[in-house]
Amino acid sequence: MSKDIRIKRGLTLRLKGEAEKQIVEAPRSKTYAIKPPDFHSVVPKMVLKEGAKVLAGDEIFFSKYTEEVRFTSPVSGTLKEIKRAEKRRIVEVIIEADATDSYKDFGKLNAATAPAEAVKEKILASGCGAFIMQRPYDIVADPKDTPKAIFISAVTTAPLAADLGFVLKDKVKAFQEGIYALQKLTPGKVHLSVDDSSYPVLKDIQGVELHKVSGPHPAGNVGVQIHEIDPVNAGERVWVVGADHVPVIGNLFLTGYFQPKKTIAVAGSEAKDRKYYEVILGANSADLIGNQIPDDVRIISGDVLTGDQISNNHYLGFYHNTLTLIPEGNNYRMFGWLPFTYNNIHSNSKTSLSWLFPNKKYEPTTNLNGEERALVVTGEMEEVFPMDIYPMQLLKACMAGDIEKMENLGIYEVAPEDFALIDYVNTSKLEAQEIIRLGLDLMITEVG
Amino acid sequence: MEWIRQRLDKFKEPFGKGKKLEKYAPAFNALDTFLFTPNHTTKTGAHIRDGVDLKRTMITVVLALIPALIFGMWNGGYQYLHQLPEYADGVPFMDAFLEGASKIVPMIIVSYVIGLGIEFAFAIFRGHEVNEGYLVTGLLIPMIMPIDIPLWMVGVAVVFSVIIGKEAFGGTGMNILNPALTARAFAFFAYPTYMSGNTVWVHNAYEIDGVSGETILGKLASGTDVPYNTMDMFSGLIPGSIAETSTICILAGGLILMLTKVGSWRIIVSGFIGAAVMAFIFNSLPSLGVEGNDLTNFPWYNHLVIGGLAFGIVFMATDPVSAAQTMKGKWIYGFLIGFFAIMIRIFNPAYPEGIMLAILLMNVFAPVIDHYVVQGNVKKRKKRLATVKEVKTA
Repeated sequence: MSKDIRIKRGLTLRLKGEAEKQIVEAPRSKTYAIKPPDFHSVVPKMVLKEGAKVLAGDEIFFSKYTEEVRFTSPVSGTLKEIKRAEKRRIVEVIIEADATDSYKDFGKLNAATAPAEAVKEKILASGCGAFIMQRPYDIVADPKDTPKAIFISAVTTAPLAADLGFVLKDKVKAFQEGIYALQKLTPGKVHLSVDDSSYPVLKDIQGVELHKVSGPHPAGNVGVQIHEIDPVNAGERVWVVGADHVPVIGNLFLTGYFQPKKTIAVAGSEAKDRKYYEVILGANSADLIGNQIPDDVRIISGDVLTGDQISNNHYLGFYHNTLTLIPEGNNYRMFGWLPFTYNNIHSNSKTSLSWLFPNKKYEPTTNLNGEERALVVTGEMEEVFPMDIYPMQLLKACMAGDIEKMENLGIYEVAPEDFALIDYVNTSKLEAQEIIRLGLDLMITEVG
Repeated sequence: MEWIRQRLDKFKEPFGKGKKLEKYAPAFNALDTFLFTPNHTTKTGAHIRDGVDLKRTMITVVLALIPALIFGMWNGGYQYLHQLPEYADGVPFMDAFLEGASKIVPMIIVSYVIGLGIEFAFAIFRGHEVNEGYLVTGLLIPMIMPIDIPLWMVGVAVVFSVIIGKEAFGGTGMNILNPALTARAFAFFAYPTYMSGNTVWVHNAYEIDGVSGETILGKLASGTDVPYNTMDMFSGLIPGSIAETSTICILAGGLILMLTKVGSWRIIVSGFIGAAVMAFIFNSLPSLGVEGNDLTNFPWYNHLVIGGLAFGIVFMATDPVSAAQTMKGKWIYGFLIGFFAIMIRIFNPAYPEGIMLAILLMNVFAPVIDHYVVQGNVKKRKKRLATVKEVKTA
């Protein structure tokens, strides 16, 4: 039943500042927030007004075009503020937390034996529906679809990202219950992929097809695994769930409460207390790293390749399990273009001598290390892109907005995160993730 | 360094957004980013980026060209001087080098000044940054010209190649043909008397009686004896275009390109294989009862080291913009370049060297090769989709 997947092409970046394998309970934040921009293509429709009292699990807003998907409060307290940006777009819903949480009771249920409809209903009502993402398009799943399979990746390959084997080691019971629940959502299989770290923790999980994955980043990306196991074809839907969110779904069935606890790795060369922190979803970064981070440090919710920049005193992203601090790089380098100089900056190309030191750990800054240029160099994208897809041709099709070509070249099988390494390695400093996101958005409006 | 930076920042002010000289910012930025890698930080996408950029890539190619260029300068002087009676007992290195450099350095200056001038003008006109591609093209153009070509012809060829060969298609990254070869092809067809024949390959060969300067390919085509051995051809002590004669120096550059992964080793290797295969086919004609001529019977390994073949395969065919872009495509593209280069060389004595036309021809066909390679991938996907549909309806 266990099938091995070996990814050959890719790039594992070795960076300084890994989180120490030690879990600390973070202090309770005064405020928590749900950020609608985390849910791509969801248009939030508010249910509550500012000042309303909420329990953990109470609905705050729902998705305008897929009403069944509800977004609920991670803690109990008072809805303090609805922050809006231009055109009244909601960017943050901030909840002032009570000293201790009281929960809305959704009722216990044995997920393994309960009817599928009841399981689905409970997942949606509690707000756990937001954890389930859909491929193609990398958006929150539409509950009206029936996915051909569900994929969960417990493989960590992204630089400095939280080690999922470590994060899940005390949550196996809830994880198993979560799997029983997810099983009810698809007529197909639930695929769980593990690496050396998560295999000992999850090897006895029932009701899944287990895959052992090895290889460089992006082997841990669920999209790469789907491509190897059961690729998405035009018109098909598969769902994916972050491995660290499965226990939250499991807990819902075990206790009847929505308790979105997460373990966040604080990492990066500029982070002081590099550890794993137990927090509640939507926690404030200040509780983990303080609120005095200077301007020359970038705070990233997520990993360095795919995360979002946040400022002091801001909230962690819904899907993120890493908080990375790296130095800003707004400095000049004299004759930085000379080959074989500045070897302390990692390069996948061999025009730097960094390839002579494969085990060296780097301390990268946010400097672009050059300027945007027309696409000239070929072959470098393929080196870090393990799927059987032509990345440069697909990117060009997306830039041109050529729907048929995008479809033919495999747009349904990719997500922006799969192109993160292409952002990193390409000589022309092309924003590949952004181009793919826009391409996917075009597909959503044109094909659906 | 701090001091220079401050000066530059001060000098930069009038080029800022909304300032008087904003339009000319690309020209200033080209200078600024030449001195300093800018302080730009990532805004979207991955927060960290690789240390490589286009400047570094292009400079690596220039570095790879240096051995062939230096040898070309020396050989340019040597081919002329060693035929003079006063150098009968040998030519000192510096004498030969300076003699060659005095011809070649002005050509490089003309090429860079005119080419970069046009590039800057287009960058300002179109409002984009100056691309680094011309750093390589501008050096390649003089390197593939005969030594005695008048400077104004170099200038005209540069103008043609940059405007018609590159900018007309949209600038760096968009051109179909290799710009340096476009320049050579232009000069070849516009001024044939300066670009071919038996007097242009050695400095002053047309002025002085008794100085001989025919290339090996010229001799083979006209059926005269070839006075050089394989080692001469390999080391490059033969007449020819400025930097194409020394296969050793070219391979040294090729090694730099392959080790730094700046040039595709697939194209280089398959290019030589293609040439060897074609030459071998012609070599085996006599055993099939067909009588060949001097060109067909010239040993296949010698075919690989004479003429511009090596230079073309290593430095021209690997130009990523005009080459095939897929991995499989690169194998096919390189192979066919070598294959056609020898074929043209042998079949068409009017063009003693075929590599230029072979590369230009394959430049045109590179998108077609890519199309079929990519189509293979598309077909696989469509087939998979079809099997799914069958299962569903069954």
